Amino acid sequence: MMFLSLQHRDPMLKKRDDFEDMLEERRNSSDLRYALRCYTPVLYKGLAPCKASMLKSMVLQSDQLHHVIGQVSRETGRAADDVQEEASAILEEMAHCLQLSTVRFFAFTLSKVFKTLFRSICVNEEGIQRLQQAIQEHPVVLLPSHRSYMDFLLMSYILYTYDIALPVIAAGMDFMGMKFVGEMLRMSGAFFIRRSFGGDKLYWSVFSEYVKTMLKNGFAPVEFFLEGTRSRTSKSLTPKLGLLNIVMDPYLKGEVYDINVVPVSISYERILEEALYAREMLGVPKPKESTSGLFKARKVLSEDYGSIHVYFGQPVSVRSLAQGRVNRCQFNLVPRHIPRRPSEEIQSFVNDSAYRLVRAQEENMVLKPWVLLASLLLQNHHQDQTAGQKRGMVLEELTAQAVWLRDMFREYGAFLHWPVVLLDICVGGQVKPGEPHSTVTPEEELLSQAVIVLSCASYRNQGLHVFLRPALLASAINAASSNLKQEVFNSFSFLRNMFSNEFILCPGATVQDFEEACYLLVKTGALQVTQQELLVTERGQRTVAFLTSMLDPFLQGYQVVCRFLCEEATENLTEKQFVPAVRKFIIKHLLAGRLRYTEVLSSDLQKNSLAALLRLGAVQKIKGRIKLSKVTYSSVFLLRTCVNLTYNC
Amino acid sequence: ECVEWEVTDGGGSEIMKWNGWGYSDSKFLFNKKGQAEFTGKRYRLSGMIIPGLKDWMEGTFGANLQHKTPATPLLTSSAVQPATLNKAFLEELKSTGIPFSHDAEDRVFRAHGHCLHEIFALREGKFGRVPDMVVWPNCHNDVVKIVELACKHNVCVIPYGGGTSVSSALECPPEETRSIVSLDTSQMNRILWIDEKNLTAHVEAGIVGQDLERLLNESGYCTGHEPDSMEFSSLGGWVATRASGMKKNIYGNIEDLVIHIRMVTPRGVIEKSCQGPRMSTGPDIHHFIMGSEGTLGVVTEVTMKIRPMPEYQKYGSVVFPNFEQGVACLREVAKQRCAPASIRLMDNEQFKFGHALKPQVSSIFTSFLDGLKTFYITKFKGFDPNRLCVATLLFEGDREKVLQHEKQVYDIAAKFGGLAAGEDNGQRGYMLTFVIAYLRDLGMDYYVIGESFETSVPWDRVLDICRNVKARIIQECKDKGVQFPPLSTCRVTQTYDTGACVYFYFAFNYRGLSDPVHVYEQVEHAAREEILANGGSLSHHHGVGKLRKEWMRDTVSNVGVGMLKSVKDYVDPDNIFGNRNLL
Repeated sequence: MMFLSLQHRDPMLKKRDDFEDMLEERRNSSDLRYALRCYTPVLYKGLAPCKASMLKSMVLQSDQLHHVIGQVSRETGRAADDVQEEASAILEEMAHCLQLSTVRFFAFTLSKVFKTLFRSICVNEEGIQRLQQAIQEHPVVLLPSHRSYMDFLLMSYILYTYDIALPVIAAGMDFMGMKFVGEMLRMSGAFFIRRSFGGDKLYWSVFSEYVKTMLKNGFAPVEFFLEGTRSRTSKSLTPKLGLLNIVMDPYLKGEVYDINVVPVSISYERILEEALYAREMLGVPKPKESTSGLFKARKVLSEDYGSIHVYFGQPVSVRSLAQGRVNRCQFNLVPRHIPRRPSEEIQSFVNDSAYRLVRAQEENMVLKPWVLLASLLLQNHHQDQTAGQKRGMVLEELTAQAVWLRDMFREYGAFLHWPVVLLDICVGGQVKPGEPHSTVTPEEELLSQAVIVLSCASYRNQGLHVFLRPALLASAINAASSNLKQEVFNSFSFLRNMFSNEFILCPGATVQDFEEACYLLVKTGALQVTQQELLVTERGQRTVAFLTSMLDPFLQGYQVVCRFLCEEATENLTEKQFVPAVRKFIIKHLLAGRLRYTEVLSSDLQKNSLAALLRLGAVQKIKGRIKLSKVTYSSVFLLRTCVNLTYNC
Repeated sequence: ECVEWEVTDGGGSEIMKWNGWGYSDSKFLFNKKGQAEFTGKRYRLSGMIIPGLKDWMEGTFGANLQHKTPATPLLTSSAVQPATLNKAFLEELKSTGIPFSHDAEDRVFRAHGHCLHEIFALREGKFGRVPDMVVWPNCHNDVVKIVELACKHNVCVIPYGGGTSVSSALECPPEETRSIVSLDTSQMNRILWIDEKNLTAHVEAGIVGQDLERLLNESGYCTGHEPDSMEFSSLGGWVATRASGMKKNIYGNIEDLVIHIRMVTPRGVIEKSCQGPRMSTGPDIHHFIMGSEGTLGVVTEVTMKIRPMPEYQKYGSVVFPNFEQGVACLREVAKQRCAPASIRLMDNEQFKFGHALKPQVSSIFTSFLDGLKTFYITKFKGFDPNRLCVATLLFEGDREKVLQHEKQVYDIAAKFGGLAAGEDNGQRGYMLTFVIAYLRDLGMDYYVIGESFETSVPWDRVLDICRNVKARIIQECKDKGVQFPPLSTCRVTQTYDTGACVYFYFAFNYRGLSDPVHVYEQVEHAAREEILANGGSLSHHHGVGKLRKEWMRDTVSNVGVGMLKSVKDYVDPDNIFGNRNLL
């Protein structure tokens, strides 16, 4: 019964557009002519765009900013003019100054760079057409996934190529460090926001008014990254809500009829920052962005980064998202320009929308065979390790498994890009994650091995979203003490809750996720659902085993963090010390052979597990120090369940 | 523009249409040459050819003169439910000598207002629950007798004034099992006295607007209360719905005009004991009566403010490059509190509509002048014909002051890019107010249905609400399968210190729809939701009736509804006034 409602969601039926390689034309015609060609994008309701300077004065004269300036001036006793000047300076620091000449410069150089780096840049042209339509109807917000610095240059490059209004892009202040590049980016449409401005009312006010003014007047599509920062692991990050709140505000307050939000999925075959990310997560800090660093990084130009797939998703109307969810009358009784904390209703609406949008990004991520191979190789690697062997896999076996996995991916609705001729890799006989270079100490050996494993994992992670829910269910079935539906659901619910900092799992959607997982496993014949029980079928054993071992490294990561906190955490453990301390602990255990997965060295995993434990109340943060919660029943129970669950798996 | 109206037998049905708006002799039609004309002799437009209307209808709605949807020509009495009569009530009523009727035509005529669904059903010859009989009291005491009898015999009474309601207020509740009596106030139409010292007039509540003004004018006075329906709507109806008049900027709305009200309720007669211009005696009991929509009793007599007739009237109009500038100008006028008697701003679609209703001009000179004006505005001043909009103005008072006032307003308009566009355009704008309701009947002959609805909204929301509601209407029509783009237009019709009244017009071609009225109602419902979500009120002057009841609780809060309920429970415990409006 409960699956009936899911029939229409069958992922196999998802229809997706075809891709066109936009580099092909670049390889066959003049880049210079392309950069200088006539650029006449269609605009929102045919309005002529206003100048960047005009925009600034609109912001500075806005009612909202006036109100806040008055407020700040009263609170601090500073003269209003003084505060106004500060606001003006903030805006100056923040604002973009989009110039077509700079865009043309980028169009030219990026053409050259992209052609060297990538084999192809594939774009779904139907998505572009939908975007073009959307831009004419309502203000548009572009939400690309974020895996690389390349993302926003790439976005603007594509939009320029297809003659679509160039977006203004919210960028982190760190770019401003690179003097020349920062200004270049500014002239190509980036505007800069401080990473944190917690209580700074004035800053927030200038910032939100700036974004809203651009959006409301249809100046340009506003682009930002829901994930807030580049994902180092290729998994989507928990969405940040600040900017989404701002861009939805004009709709909620009736200042525009609707807003179109367009999720964009950018899938890289190989991410430029790949090796950097792995090192960063193992404790080698990322280099501060600097222009000279950028030039040093130019050696990447000599490498092959495969192809990029950019999928412009279906525009999502904020109005339809909010239909029946938000009562807009709540803005009737206070002037709309007076900033107020969003109501709980709106907060939960924005939060749910954010998750939906990130999932929409995930759904249209293109997966290459490498993703499947990396998943299989990693699993195999860990089995080998437990057995104390170093065999790798026979190519034929890998191929056979990959085909099996491919079919499963397809059934789960993954967007696979499978070449007609499978595997042209020429590896003599056996394939395995690379051999570490000759090193001195066992710890160094471990770390350099870990770099490879983490890089490998980042390929595997690209596909995680496809079977995350079935995998949670498979693990839950393994962990539950019986096959009773209720028991399985409970342990599913526990796992899901625990992992909701790790994966994109919308809060409050446990039942839907459980149903979706059941539906997929039943559909693929891996599971039978009776009135009372969930039974794994004979042929489902392999699937369930595969799915379970997909989650295993994560479970072990959370388990080891729990153990660390129980066994070794001192009274004075600060948040800053946490990662290094837990890393030390893990290295010790890995070297002693007590842990199976090198992956648990990932600081991303460690931070996520700490966040989860904080959220669940097992751990508390008091004055920047991390403490086990007072031994209450719930926290002990929680930790114990967590540890037990992971042991069982 | 007034008619003497014999009532008692057959209602006004010979003079008034039974299934459309207004006088039987006045209507739009397409003549044999395919040109639109307006028949009759009553209006300025009467007897004229309107050359632009056909193209406008075809262009705007995709309507086609070949595709007709004529109305059922005659009322078939057999299709009307037989009357449920309360014998005892009837017997006693007869003994009072008050005229009554249970003729089918009389009953059907008083069973509806002018909502689209009501007229649509009439045109198809479909009748739902109708009153079981009609009574015509002649004075206050007659009403007292009728209400007493109704209470005694448990009969449901629905007061009926001019029948111009657009809120389903006159619809008989289908679940009502008692005998329903329509209490027609049309015979109570006298001015009882005029007090020139205090400038008040005491008037029976059944008088219709145009008669009231005409009679007062004979003595050199006016009330200045001119709702768009004033040809047919009654004083009692204005009080019962909280009506608003076009010239409220000078004369005020009904609540500002009323000095004293007499109402007959099941508990007895409610009225104040004196005519002091203002009182501090607890909540004003007039405010329980005004807007009670016939749920508490019958308003029988009203003392109103009157004013000497204005010495001088002058129309005017201003063209703005766009609607935003126009609204900004109206806002400034309101801020400076220098609004003329009337100031209305039409959006671009309505401007075009007004243009299409221009009658054929007789002289080449006028048409040449028109061409020149258009050229000046669009080419020389660079106004985009698809964006410009027009404000119509009406000034009233001493000649000198009017001219001074006029200059002040035009100066403000100029600051917002407004160009004076002549008296003629202004006057035609106001004339259209009276004929626009006739136009709906023409549309309904050709698959086009439409309606207007209104709201009031704070100034800072005016532009947003106009844009969003119009867009919502267009989107809903598309979603509901309407095959042709709808007409979705608005105008700002009143200005206040803190906000404005906005009127929306909405019409579409329903060819290809199986249940057009249902689609219409869904769209109107969505539009009202949009209005409320954008900070607009449930109604500025049309009232709630049964059409907008569902939003009352959100509008006035639980306690508010409770207050109103407790008044109803005290005044009318047996729900004699059972039209079920409002609550």
